[in-house]
Amino acid sequence: MTTETIAGVAVDRNEEGFFTDATQWTEDMAPELAKAEGIDELTPDHWTVIRFMRSEYFDKGTGPTVRMLGKTSGVSVKELYQLFPKGPAKIAARIAGIPKPRGCI
Amino acid sequence: MADPIEKVSIIISKGSLEGIYPGLIMANGARAEGIEANLFFTFFGMDAIHKARHEHIKLATVGNPGLHLPTMAGGLPGVSAVMTKYMNHKMEELDIPSIPEFIELIADTGAGLYACQASVDLFGLSKDDFIDQVEAIITVGEFYEIAAGGHIIFT
Repeated sequence: MTTETIAGVAVDRNEEGFFTDATQWTEDMAPELAKAEGIDELTPDHWTVIRFMRSEYFDKGTGPTVRMLGKTSGVSVKELYQLFPKGPAKIAARIAGIPKPRGCI
Repeated sequence: MADPIEKVSIIISKGSLEGIYPGLIMANGARAEGIEANLFFTFFGMDAIHKARHEHIKLATVGNPGLHLPTMAGGLPGVSAVMTKYMNHKMEELDIPSIPEFIELIADTGAGLYACQASVDLFGLSKDDFIDQVEAIITVGEFYEIAAGGHIIFT
């Protein structure tokens, strides 16, 4: 675990870049986190996914998988991969400041 | 940390339920990790992308010691259908998609789906027999070209 400064605030992230405490995250951090993932601008669709990831995480204790995102977030699987080409659930979780979603499917 | 895996090509060669799912799970999981993935269907594995057959994939109840069912019982009429129904029901409870739905999902994630030329010739099939998501019927040589620079997983 390392402590880093994102958007001027100290946060804890694990070796894979996932927040270890989701409550340390604020929306101001998202653009900087997104840039590090190669996403220069967060569109409203990106935000839909990011907010959905967080609400699912606080609801269920883990973020949704890509399939769950496709079924329930209102953004299709094809669109999800356009928004987050390097893996929607994984990358969106990093930007949304939650741990990596667990789930095989 | 070891170098991350960046690309996988997964071969599905069996046409049973338990022969098809593992390859699909690995392909879908690869894409979820941002890993490039291609699926190559050969021999009876082609049933997974066959329009008329992919909704009727059955669990192998004969020659499957893992099922802990006497071979004689596994061969009785209807046993495979019942066991398949039971397995599908269990999977539905766990929200595991059916094979047609799973393949559509995998295609949507951007994975490439290919059928094996030799098997297509052997079974007298054509591209029209396959679901639309199948990109092409390719030779083994073309498969190796597509798989270049990545890992190959045979199931």
